[in-house]
Amino acid sequence: MQYLVSVIHDKSNSGTAEEARAIDEFNDRLRAGGHWVFAAGLADPSTSTVIDSRGEEPVFTDGPFIESKEHMAGFWIIDAPDLDVALELMADGSKACNRRLEVRPILVK
Amino acid sequence: MSPIDAHAAITRAHHEEWARVVASLAKRFGDLDIAEEAAAEAFATAVERWPADGVPPNPGAWLTTTANRKAIDRIRRENKRTDKHREALMLTDDAPPEPLGAIDDDRLRLIFTCCHPALAMEARMALTLRLVGGLTVPEIARGFLVQESAIGQRITRAKGKIAAAGIPYRVPSTSDLPARITGVLAVLFLVFNEGYLATGPDTDPVRADLTAEAIRLTRLIRELLPDDGEVAGLLALMLLTEARRPARVSAEGELVPLAEQDRGAWDAALIEEGHRLVRERLDSGAAPGRYQLLAAINAVHTDARDARDTDWSQVVALYDQLVRLDPSPIVALNRAIAVAELDGADVALAIIDRFGDALHGYHAFHATRAELLRRLERREESHAAYDRAIALAGNTAETAYLSRRRDELG
Repeated sequence: MQYLVSVIHDKSNSGTAEEARAIDEFNDRLRAGGHWVFAAGLADPSTSTVIDSRGEEPVFTDGPFIESKEHMAGFWIIDAPDLDVALELMADGSKACNRRLEVRPILVK
Repeated sequence: MSPIDAHAAITRAHHEEWARVVASLAKRFGDLDIAEEAAAEAFATAVERWPADGVPPNPGAWLTTTANRKAIDRIRRENKRTDKHREALMLTDDAPPEPLGAIDDDRLRLIFTCCHPALAMEARMALTLRLVGGLTVPEIARGFLVQESAIGQRITRAKGKIAAAGIPYRVPSTSDLPARITGVLAVLFLVFNEGYLATGPDTDPVRADLTAEAIRLTRLIRELLPDDGEVAGLLALMLLTEARRPARVSAEGELVPLAEQDRGAWDAALIEEGHRLVRERLDSGAAPGRYQLLAAINAVHTDARDARDTDWSQVVALYDQLVRLDPSPIVALNRAIAVAELDGADVALAIIDRFGDALHGYHAFHATRAELLRRLERREESHAAYDRAIALAGNTAETAYLSRRRDELG
């Protein structure tokens, strides 16, 4: 199964060099274990744009679709046989990036 | 075979075999919904057939076979999507045995799945009572004073999460086992406590059905994990607490405090069994955990023929150990109650007042303060503390007791 792991944080681009190093090491472990699919950090939510093309003309709106104190600051997509494995892996991931994480299954077709 | 005998056999089978039937089906079909509904159908068939045909020689095997057939019928009926995996399972059950977890028992897998830490505590309790205990949704709703629809939704959501999030159906590995069993025991202890000190203005103060179910499930866990000290400790704690139930509420519906209980009304068999478990843990020489210490404290209480004979220094010593494991204000409060007996109410009051901020919203804190202030003859403060405790207490028998105590102050 694949899981989307969101990094929860209230600041953007606030990672330290030490955290970056820890994340690199953790990612190497994910790759070695065959769990790695993709990961990335995200720019500040103020840089996002919401698109609504359900009407005749597309409408573009500045800012994220929801305002909240915390936002998704980055993400992983990982492959794990079940939730226990995903949680065990990402418990280390949370330690490495020094942030809270949300683990959410990606729908299986 | 009389219908009454058949009925008794079905009730017994329901107690003894329900979890086993659900668990074996869950393993085979990998779907808790199918497992649960097929098990329910199998028991319904037993209700129809056993009074007429007689009770089968091996009720468990009969129920499992019947439930398996029901499950296959159901999957065939619902087979809108092609599901090769499930189809294969329907035809044959000779899949190679999976690598064993720490303990290989289907029921244990079921319990660990129901008590998975990724599920909300309330969902874990409802799911355990339904799938492991075999309680119906209305029974669970009655137990927790929640609408049936709310319990139904809680169970459906939890099953949905188990399937969608990939919560595995297995016993945790040996290294994860201690952490996970702690969660299982917490669920069972919550069920027990909700039965023992039921909350709500319109409810019986004690829910014997819930305490009995918690004990039954803890016995099951003990059967599956006989060497786990905390499992034995929790079982002993529940037995020694349950033993006092007959003396705990007066004919007038008032809670009777430990010191005033009629000790002759305590259940001697449960006390004997609880003491045996506590001795067994002591003899093991292993460092006791939280439940073992609480059980030992209860063993000291139930050992005294009269409240005055209670070995309070022993109780305080056990609480000292417990504080080291769990330095929470609630443990400190309970320790202070024992300290009051040993060193006096003023010493105990000084201890608990240190935790006033943390325990401000906890009725037992104010009730304890009220009793200590009463002993120190600080009447007005005692009265105010009773008022506060009554406002916060949710148990009818406890409210009645506290109100009388307050009114006695004049």
